[in-house]
Amino acid sequence: MGLFLTILVLVVALGITWRYLGSYMANVFEGRVRYLAWAERPFYRLIGTSPEQEQSWKRYAGSLIIFSAIFLGVGYLLLRIQGSLPLNPQHMGAVKPALALNTQTSFVTNTNWQNYGGETTMSYFSQIGVLTVQQFVSAAVGIAVAIALVRGFSRRNSPTIGNFWVDITRCMLYILLPIAFVAGLILVGEGAVMTLAGTATIHDALNGVTQTIPRGPAGFMGAIMQLGTNGGGFFNVDLAHPLQNPTAITNVLYIWLTLSIPFALTYTFGKMVGSIRHGAALLSAMVIIFGVWVGFTSYAEHTNNPAVAAAGVHSTVGNTEGKEVRFGDTSSALFNVSMTQTSDGAIDSASDSYTPVGGMGLLTGMMLGEVTPGGTGSGLYTILVYAIIAVFIGGLMIGRTPEYLGKKIQAKEVKLAGLAALVMPLVVLILTAVAVSLHAGRAGPLNSGPHAFSEILYALTSQGNNNGSAFAGLTGNTAFYNTIGAVDMLLGRFAIMIPALALAGALAGKQIVPAGLGTFRTDNGMFIGLVIGVIIIIGGLTFFPAVSLGPIVEQLSHGKFW
Amino acid sequence: MTATVTPPAAAPGAPTPHGVAEARSLFDREILVHSLRDSIVKLNPRVQIKNPVMFVVLVGTVITFIEAIAKPSFFAWAITVWLFLTVMFANFAEAMAEGRGKAQADTLRRMRSETEARRLRTDGTEERIAASELSKGDTVVCEAGDIIPSDGDIIEGIASVDESAITGESAPVIRESGGDRSAVTGGTKVLSDRIVVRITAERGQTFLDRMIGLVEGANRQKTPNEIALTILLAVLTIVFIPVVVTLDPFAHYSALVSGATGSGTVSVVILVSLLVCLIPTTIGALLSAIGIAGMDRLVQRNVLAMSGRAVEAAGDVQTLLLDKTGTITLGNRMASAFVPVGGTDERDLASSAQLASLADDTPEGRSIVVLAKEKFDIRERALDTPHQFVPFTAQTRMSGLDVDGQKIRKGAADSVKRWVTEHGGSIPADLDPIVERISKSGSTPLVVADGPTVLGVIELKDVVKQGIREKFDQMRQMGIRTVMITGDNPLTAAAIAQEAGVDDFLAEATPEAKMDLIKTEQEGGKLVAMTGDGTNDAPALAQADVGVAMNTGTTAAKEAGNMVDLDSNPTKLIDVVEIGKQLLITRGALTTFSIANDVAKYFAIIPALFAATYPQLSTLNIMKLHSPTSAVLSAVIFNALVIVALIPLALRGVRFRAVGAAAILRRNVWIYGIGGIIAPFIFIKLIDLILVALHAY
Repeated sequence: MGLFLTILVLVVALGITWRYLGSYMANVFEGRVRYLAWAERPFYRLIGTSPEQEQSWKRYAGSLIIFSAIFLGVGYLLLRIQGSLPLNPQHMGAVKPALALNTQTSFVTNTNWQNYGGETTMSYFSQIGVLTVQQFVSAAVGIAVAIALVRGFSRRNSPTIGNFWVDITRCMLYILLPIAFVAGLILVGEGAVMTLAGTATIHDALNGVTQTIPRGPAGFMGAIMQLGTNGGGFFNVDLAHPLQNPTAITNVLYIWLTLSIPFALTYTFGKMVGSIRHGAALLSAMVIIFGVWVGFTSYAEHTNNPAVAAAGVHSTVGNTEGKEVRFGDTSSALFNVSMTQTSDGAIDSASDSYTPVGGMGLLTGMMLGEVTPGGTGSGLYTILVYAIIAVFIGGLMIGRTPEYLGKKIQAKEVKLAGLAALVMPLVVLILTAVAVSLHAGRAGPLNSGPHAFSEILYALTSQGNNNGSAFAGLTGNTAFYNTIGAVDMLLGRFAIMIPALALAGALAGKQIVPAGLGTFRTDNGMFIGLVIGVIIIIGGLTFFPAVSLGPIVEQLSHGKFW
Repeated sequence: MTATVTPPAAAPGAPTPHGVAEARSLFDREILVHSLRDSIVKLNPRVQIKNPVMFVVLVGTVITFIEAIAKPSFFAWAITVWLFLTVMFANFAEAMAEGRGKAQADTLRRMRSETEARRLRTDGTEERIAASELSKGDTVVCEAGDIIPSDGDIIEGIASVDESAITGESAPVIRESGGDRSAVTGGTKVLSDRIVVRITAERGQTFLDRMIGLVEGANRQKTPNEIALTILLAVLTIVFIPVVVTLDPFAHYSALVSGATGSGTVSVVILVSLLVCLIPTTIGALLSAIGIAGMDRLVQRNVLAMSGRAVEAAGDVQTLLLDKTGTITLGNRMASAFVPVGGTDERDLASSAQLASLADDTPEGRSIVVLAKEKFDIRERALDTPHQFVPFTAQTRMSGLDVDGQKIRKGAADSVKRWVTEHGGSIPADLDPIVERISKSGSTPLVVADGPTVLGVIELKDVVKQGIREKFDQMRQMGIRTVMITGDNPLTAAAIAQEAGVDDFLAEATPEAKMDLIKTEQEGGKLVAMTGDGTNDAPALAQADVGVAMNTGTTAAKEAGNMVDLDSNPTKLIDVVEIGKQLLITRGALTTFSIANDVAKYFAIIPALFAATYPQLSTLNIMKLHSPTSAVLSAVIFNALVIVALIPLALRGVRFRAVGAAAILRRNVWIYGIGGIIAPFIFIKLIDLILVALHAY
């Protein structure tokens, strides 16, 4: 499929999901969709809760931490003992401690950074029972936090922000499971592999080569991996693998799955706060940044790789090194941009082989904080944090103490929003500094020059933003990178979630100031521009020096920027 | 013998005729000198720590200073000096803002001379003590020429008082015991008569004391929005510390992997310069000056805000409760038409009405005389024939004149009709419809009769102040709802409300109804502002988010409100709202400007920072600055000078126009956002050119 047809199909499909999935999700979380109530009840009885028992933000956050900690611990344990567990036809041994920690953290935090090769490290049990389960659960947790923050805006004088257990149960039953199931059927129908039998051995009589082809339950795993913006594939090469991503249709389907929930949540937001226009405003901010980044990266990839050109090879089809010829240069770029801007992190082409500016497009996409549209849930709550900062500065300029959706943005909200916005750049920069200063860190990159710096920066940016996209070219499966990555992912996830929930609590307890002519409009073009400005300025100002030492200088070394 | 004649110094204690709002130019010399001295005092780290942004600059200055001593170079010293100046400029801005208040406080202090008080003992005899020894509950006597020693309520007598010392208004006011005009303020002067005052203020807590404290900003506390903004600025400062600090390991590593010669160490001086340029120093330096100047602008208009919080709230106000009388209307009804009945000539009616009003000293009466002159050129005549004025009484509800056998009366329709009937006259059929029409239009009908004959009706109209309608239109544009409060009946109220263009009205208003209205508005999440002067206004003043008490009002009202208008001009509420908005806009605009400036600074400093390791980065030097050192120095100098350049803006406030929120925002985003991105590119380049020309880099 050509780039434009792909984009057209995606725009139409995403437009429909934005409207209907968005509305449906609002109905689910406001308790209006109840056709699976019979399935909900056993869970509530098990936990000893009910939809009527609402939680304060502290209890909500507490439940979230306990829930995630349990999954982190149990998952780690299962990976460590996978050799003794069933569904292990290839007799994979225990996953090493540092790798197990990194992997489990990675899946609990919705990062899906993979320092392992799926088909060479994980048993089927681990793939299904640990990793795939996490892909559902971590996505649900992200959505729950986003919904809780939206409730902060939609409620007035409320001490509670919802019930965590109810939110994740409903998210799972009504949203993730049904969509992933249908998508899984389509993927398998298109030829994605779905089997519990071990590897296949094929002898090619023509050239006399015997191949061992890894197989597994990849088809359905692929569905939730994308739907939950997880990105951690069954195979090491992820969605570049033909058994995972067999056709152009599956390629588009994967992109759609990734973008559907993060985009649609803006409609959910609009519907829950009673103004679709407000949701559309956030959507516009996301789409504009996303569009610019796709254009930038696709253009960069459509040009010759300057390093290749310097070697005297002139390509007429763009930078094709490391790309699946089935997808081509620009469609691959679209795919990878989609995945870096959604915190999904899957790839269908090797980011490491992108032109320096093309790679910069991917890297900076993550540095903007994963809000365009970002991960499931995390995209919405993070962009709301940026919106609060935009409202604060913009609102002052019209001569009123700022308010967003009728909620006064005061010291407490600024503090929490500031904290949430601060965490990611702080963690990424400091850990990158640690990595480049230590011998263990310096040993990682396979390249030299600015590209080496880019590889480290990319790895820690990806994990800090819970993206999981790998630049490759970095030997990540070492005790050092496994551990620093785990710290990066945990902070990048929970150190933002907690202030976001506190923000929800603070906002929910507030009165709603009615809007008037003198109110700062938060649903028009000017506001969209301000939000984009805040996202770009915070991301740009914090990462500009680092990026200039990586991709920018690398590209400039080739003579000119374009 | 010749003697040098020195002009006599202003006698201390002499009340100045200026009041508080002594006009001073923005850069008064006296204030400038004081401010320079204060900026050094403010270098105290304990003062600096309160401003996280400037504290970081101060620490940075110390670091570059040590670096400059360890490895002396012109560059290191130049940066150190400019960073120090950055701190000084911030202190200077704050000192300038405070200086204006301090100067005003000094004027007030001179006025608060050690007055003597004549305290009444319980047995009725007097004793003379110093005013400062008075305590709450004492009673004192003041006679013509005495300065009232402290705040209190008159419990006996009536006096004319010169309050110019506080209000600047030279016309004396009448103060009497009982009612809403019983409060007197310490420092004002009794001009006539004798009064007994019960002191209501504790020692050191008088209105004058509080006023001095307020204008001086002695115990100024950060307002809620200022705190929120300080937090945001702290966040923007904290985030840049790791950005800058991590550059050192990044540069080391880059040098290592790029195979460049040298260790890649970046100069500490440049790193500190980068940090200072990135953190929001412009707004950080001017933030407190903006707040103080906002309060000061209120004082300039003779409004004293008891807290900065109230000024901020004023910007947020969505509902304005305005008393009709004095705010919306001129306060007095004025004759606007003569409507004859029963075939009487209009001129005859005017003539009789004028006669009946000659002795009527009320504003209404005078307005009838004026109207008769304007319409029919009927001059005031001297009555040579024997005559007798009939004054208005509450019983008759009429006034008039008996002359030449004529018995002219004017008064309320019912009373005059009864009087005419009693004198054997009949009521013309067209009278009642005319009276009714006038009532319905919001005016007051006065019926005029001569003995048994009804001559006609005078229409007394509530005159809406000129320009008030436009003010309300502006308010509406700003999203503020105006509600007129009046004791009139709903019919009259509706007519005036329509003429004045208010959004709503509360007729037959009682203090309770007023209170309910405020509470209803607040429950809907709106902020309400109101003015009041009476004791019965006090609860509503306290309930309102912005309560402006009139200085002529009672002590209770003044204590309940969070602002006092020394001129007692209720229309000023509108100014107060504008000042509140202006304060917030100035903060927002300078914050935006400050952040937008960073873009250009990056392009100046980043290429310079890594010049040794990656000379390729010079492509980013889009301003074509001369050299790494001149580039960094230019950025730092720009960063310091922009503070000075914006001091006048911070003190005066961003120009405020009463237009819709969207228009204000668009304008400010263009000027301070886009302008904030572009301006530094130009000025940093200019400074670089100058530095190169002077060989000073």
